Amino acid sequence: MNSLTDLTIARSRDGLDKGDFSAVELAEAHIAAVEAARDLNAFITETPELALERAMASDERRAKGAAASAMDGIPIAVKDLYCTDGVATTAGSHILEDFTPPYESTVTQNLKEAGAVMLGKTNMDEFAMGSANITSYHGNVINPWKLDDGKDRVPGGSSGGSAAAVAGHLALGGAGSDTGGSIRQPASFSGIVGMKPTYGRCSRWGMVAFASSLDQAGPMTRTVEDAAIMLQSMVSHDKKDSTSVDQSIPDFAAALTSNIKDLKVGVPKEYRLDGMPGEIETLWQQGIEWLKAAGAEPVEISLPYTKYALPTYYIVAPAEASSNLARYDGVRYGLRVEGDSLDEMYENTRGQGFGAEVRRRIMIGTYVLSAGYYDAYYVKAMKLRTLILQEFQQAFEGVDVMLTPTAPSPAFAIGEKMDDPVQMYLNDVFTVPASLAGLPAISVPGGLSDEGLPLGLHLITKPFDEETLFRVGGVLEEAANFTAQPSYLEGVA
Amino acid sequence: MHIPGDSFRRLKNHLTRVKVVDKATVLNIAKLARIKVSESETENLAGELTNIFDWIEQLNEVNTDNVEPMTSVVAMAMPSRTDEVNDGADAERVLQNAPDRPADAQGNPLAFYVVPKVVE
Repeated sequence: MNSLTDLTIARSRDGLDKGDFSAVELAEAHIAAVEAARDLNAFITETPELALERAMASDERRAKGAAASAMDGIPIAVKDLYCTDGVATTAGSHILEDFTPPYESTVTQNLKEAGAVMLGKTNMDEFAMGSANITSYHGNVINPWKLDDGKDRVPGGSSGGSAAAVAGHLALGGAGSDTGGSIRQPASFSGIVGMKPTYGRCSRWGMVAFASSLDQAGPMTRTVEDAAIMLQSMVSHDKKDSTSVDQSIPDFAAALTSNIKDLKVGVPKEYRLDGMPGEIETLWQQGIEWLKAAGAEPVEISLPYTKYALPTYYIVAPAEASSNLARYDGVRYGLRVEGDSLDEMYENTRGQGFGAEVRRRIMIGTYVLSAGYYDAYYVKAMKLRTLILQEFQQAFEGVDVMLTPTAPSPAFAIGEKMDDPVQMYLNDVFTVPASLAGLPAISVPGGLSDEGLPLGLHLITKPFDEETLFRVGGVLEEAANFTAQPSYLEGVA
Repeated sequence: MHIPGDSFRRLKNHLTRVKVVDKATVLNIAKLARIKVSESETENLAGELTNIFDWIEQLNEVNTDNVEPMTSVVAMAMPSRTDEVNDGADAERVLQNAPDRPADAQGNPLAFYVVPKVVE
């Protein structure tokens, strides 16, 4: 196994600082890994020249003792919904197949200024709509975790390419985005850490919009400490995004003190679903025991509106998507399919440019916003959203953090759960409530399923309390001691 | 997976014959959304959307009469700025991804988009 690709971000930074290896060597090792792993289909666009250029600049900075940040020289994978100046950005869609942005998103600009080395743009569910990375125009992403049955499993979604890249040791970190669970659920399926900060921590400027009141950028890494380091280089207050918050930014990695003594951990009983696999329940109990052993106090709490979160989400997110995706009209950029009239050109362009799941969600959104249904669906959902937020606020008066499973199952095989959209939507049942309430949350690998696939544990904290999230996440990580590796890595030894 | 309240809701829907999304509705939504759908797709979408809205219908179990609809998850004042131009005057960058751009007699691209004829 190529040892440079097996490092963490923290250890790579130390190695670069000590001169054990250069950023160029680190980039070259990862570029080779990306090229050798094309069967995973994790990347839509590889940018090896750009990576080497940035790595060389990084080495020059370090040689002068002027490393830009802890991310300087660190090879990362970037989800293909971040607009990157001069590098194709498709959002996994046919409609943006030939789109090259003339500007850089704020988050990737921040990462660039921090010295991070972009290896390429990662595959994703089309417009981030999906939980299995099977809706991309560029094909399915394969989870590096395989079993003996020979079946390919999904990496989760929608940030499935970034998840597979980090789990498959193609990149040290990945930039993902999370609307209803799109960072955390693939992290759980791929055995890595995935973190969504508080809504407003990261600027959404230059991110291809799905549901603007929910979309939030976040890091995907192999350790909790790495997630803290990477998040540090993603957040900023940005005047170009009116929902970006002007809030003091703490040193996230410094929050990893391992001390969670007397912290109250809420365990919401409504997250115990009928028919949930026993292995999920067992891991959850184990998680509670781990935190208890570290000095925290588990408290059973009740969040009765939990069961309404998912149907609420499936009104709010498609409604916002139908509005956001109205911009793809074949006129200013993206695909155009000609028609005899302007309307026919729109219809042909959007009919052929969008895949089935995107068309379905635009239609749900159009319906719930249409005359006569707006109050019954959209306003109703926004009222439910108020109740879900208030319920979290009340619960957080008594606890510091909540612990739940991340997903109701381990990664499933490509082809399963594909017949019924509602079955697919249930993948996000545990991640969606925190999204609706704008709360920070993290998925940390907790263990393996009975079959040997990774399972994540999910933590949620109060708004802007990412420090507690990382601290408790670090304790969970230490206790779980998750050292299992995806079988894919054995093949590339 | 069983979602609590599901069976009761289905029974209630059955008894009250709650509307389903039929093919005509699908065609109307598709028209509003400016998405061309094929005949066979219309059939499938009617079934799928019916299932989805049937599942969403459970929200009606919750009384929300005195609840304010959410406007923002984070309590913050809307930021404002001075009303002055801070970007623009860069037609080339704006137009660089245009799917169709006209050119003058010398073949130099002109700074506007082409759309199908709108006014007869």
